[in-house]
Amino acid sequence: MTALEASGRNAGPAVEQSTAGSRPLTPATQHPRRDGVRKWAEIALFVGPALVLFLTFVVYPVVSAARYSLYKWNGVSQFSDAEFVGFSNYTRALWGGSDPATQQAFKTAYSQPFWEALSHNFAIIGLSLAIQLPVALLVALTLNRRFRGRAFTRVVIFAPYVLSEVIAGTMWLIIFDPNGIATQWTRAIGLDMPAGGWFEDPTWGFWTVFFIITWKYVGLAIILFLAGLSGVSEDLQEAAAIDGASWWQIQWRINIPLIGPTIRIWAFLSIIGSIQLFDMVWVLNRGGTAGQYSTIASYMMQIGFFRSDWGYGSAIAVIMFLLSFVIALAYMATILRRDNANPRKAR
Amino acid sequence: MALLAACSSNGGDGDATPDAGATSGGGGGGDEPVTLTWWHNGVAGDTGENSLGDYWDTVAADYMAANPNVTIEIEQIQNEDLQRTRIPTALQSGDAPDLFQQWGGGEMAAQAEAGYLMDLSDVLADDIGRLGGGVAPWQVDGVTYGLPFQFAVEGIWYRPSLFAEAGIADVPTTMDELNDAVQKLKDADIVPIAVGAADKWPAAHWWYNFALRSCTQDTVANAGTSLDFSDPCWVAAGDALQEFLGTEPFQPQFTSTVAQTGATSSAGMVANGKAAMELMGQWNYFVYEGFTDGSDEAKAALHEDLDWFPMPAVEGGAGDPSAAMGGGDGFSCFVDAPPECADFLAYIVSDDVQRGYAEAVGGLPVAPAAADAVTDPVLQKIAQTTSSAAYVQLWMDTLLGPNVGGAMNDGIVNIFNGTGDSQAVVDAMIAAAATS
Repeated sequence: MTALEASGRNAGPAVEQSTAGSRPLTPATQHPRRDGVRKWAEIALFVGPALVLFLTFVVYPVVSAARYSLYKWNGVSQFSDAEFVGFSNYTRALWGGSDPATQQAFKTAYSQPFWEALSHNFAIIGLSLAIQLPVALLVALTLNRRFRGRAFTRVVIFAPYVLSEVIAGTMWLIIFDPNGIATQWTRAIGLDMPAGGWFEDPTWGFWTVFFIITWKYVGLAIILFLAGLSGVSEDLQEAAAIDGASWWQIQWRINIPLIGPTIRIWAFLSIIGSIQLFDMVWVLNRGGTAGQYSTIASYMMQIGFFRSDWGYGSAIAVIMFLLSFVIALAYMATILRRDNANPRKAR
Repeated sequence: MALLAACSSNGGDGDATPDAGATSGGGGGGDEPVTLTWWHNGVAGDTGENSLGDYWDTVAADYMAANPNVTIEIEQIQNEDLQRTRIPTALQSGDAPDLFQQWGGGEMAAQAEAGYLMDLSDVLADDIGRLGGGVAPWQVDGVTYGLPFQFAVEGIWYRPSLFAEAGIADVPTTMDELNDAVQKLKDADIVPIAVGAADKWPAAHWWYNFALRSCTQDTVANAGTSLDFSDPCWVAAGDALQEFLGTEPFQPQFTSTVAQTGATSSAGMVANGKAAMELMGQWNYFVYEGFTDGSDEAKAALHEDLDWFPMPAVEGGAGDPSAAMGGGDGFSCFVDAPPECADFLAYIVSDDVQRGYAEAVGGLPVAPAAADAVTDPVLQKIAQTTSSAAYVQLWMDTLLGPNVGGAMNDGIVNIFNGTGDSQAVVDAMIAAAATS
């Protein structure tokens, strides 16, 4: 379930198009009844298959997860035998539950790793915006000119994003192996790797993984920004140059504001992607032996699937869904609103 | 249990022609056509070799030849897929395979409690008696829900040449002697012990062995059903582990090391002579072979310099010093399976098929009468230790099931990471027990 799907962006436009397309073809006044039937038949034909898939593979699983999350279920017994526990799976994750007998134990065993995983997600959101955005913008602005090998440079920059997460993860596992090339290089300059190893060190593990995530995704930002920049008219830049604007002033006052919508969409994708981050941390070592770089998705998988605590795992899944959903809606309603309201107006 | 997949990677080339039809146990016998579905974890390894899967094919073919009305349909499924996804889903759907892999312990108890498993206690009473104490992990409250075809204890694999280089004359039999050997190896600039802590369970097995020594037999065995961890011996196990970790016996960055994949894994380190010891089950015999080029000479050269000794006794605990941790593989029949399922299971664990299993696959059979089919001296040592142990305790994570067992393993790895302590392991187990 992705927030994009949840927000209805996939299903919405299909309805509009099919209804809009059916009207001008035949005069509506002559056979109003037949037209009505035809209109609905077209809607059913075009929207039906997508709607069935959406209901089966998106809505139904979400509803099921919400249902499972209210039960204590080990995934082995029949679900009909599972014990209804209300919202206690949620409270166990959020603050250790309300039962004084187990609250302290649950806090350490469940609440703490949950918040730790969630804090990693938010740290990645913040760091992505703080580090990837300026880096990508700078690279995109620098590359936004004609020079030899431009296409090649762009491919190289985009290559990490195209690589499958599993292949990239395996590659970095080899590079950051305690005896791997990264260790040899750091030793060559007189430093040593973190005491617990690159990935498993309680302090440094997260940063190693953040480095890999940046390497993997910064290419997407650069390509998006370059695409946005190619839509900025050169006349504006020339005019500014004639008026005596410096390179920096042209970027700051013309190029960056004009690709604002692109930047805002990238930030949206980055935020949602950070909340759902799973593949890479799972391939590396399931979020780390002690959750050094766990994310809420890897935590859900660890507890729900591998510990067979299905009700609790479902509660985590629902929390993750709600979080993506609320953030996506809030972002759409505030930051993206001006872009959506009048697409022709660039700012 | 993640590690059991490893046992299917190789084997000898002894041809097994078991005497099909020489089965004990009731059931079957009719002429009605019956189809049995059978899911097991004998899949081809990296080399494409699949001695276990091939052997089960032979076993099924022989049984079908002797019982023409029975058709056996086999599905080979990778171990984790089978255990974590395929079997649980199939059991809930009600359309489960008739005969399927069973690892025993807490997970099997949960399946039995949900009413998925056939009670084999009466139909296979003779076979249960013949197999002896190895059946215990496949029993819940005295009721047998499965039979093992393999069972063995774990111990320490080591490279005698590295021991000689460090000047260690005899294999350690006590923890003091082990600590002494560790020091000598370090002095000789050799990594004493390799552990694949990134996979969690290999690290956790050290704690299991300390718990086996600090707790009485009953405390450990009953923990599977009582989920009671109030005895201070559980914390003592973590203390013993922390004390052992303090001697720095493992390779550097052990929490970044996996158990079986690649030359820098713990098994790879031992196979390549980069580490002297590793605590592991009998399957590592074949895992180590996987790091050779696969030729007979290379394997022979490896086994020339590879030996095994039981986990040294920890002094001063409530447990018996000669007790051992162990585990195995078995099969269960689905509750709605035809009676032929039990009959076929009895055939699988019959003395001759067990002998063939040892010869063709290199496994360690459960049937005492098949013990003579184990010819490799190291595997014989493991078999002897298994049968002479005061008692064999099933892997703790299998015993406790995925929920409490998983919490335990995570807690233990936190000790290895330096982010947890002895009490935190027990607290995590108690918390998980409160949710199950």
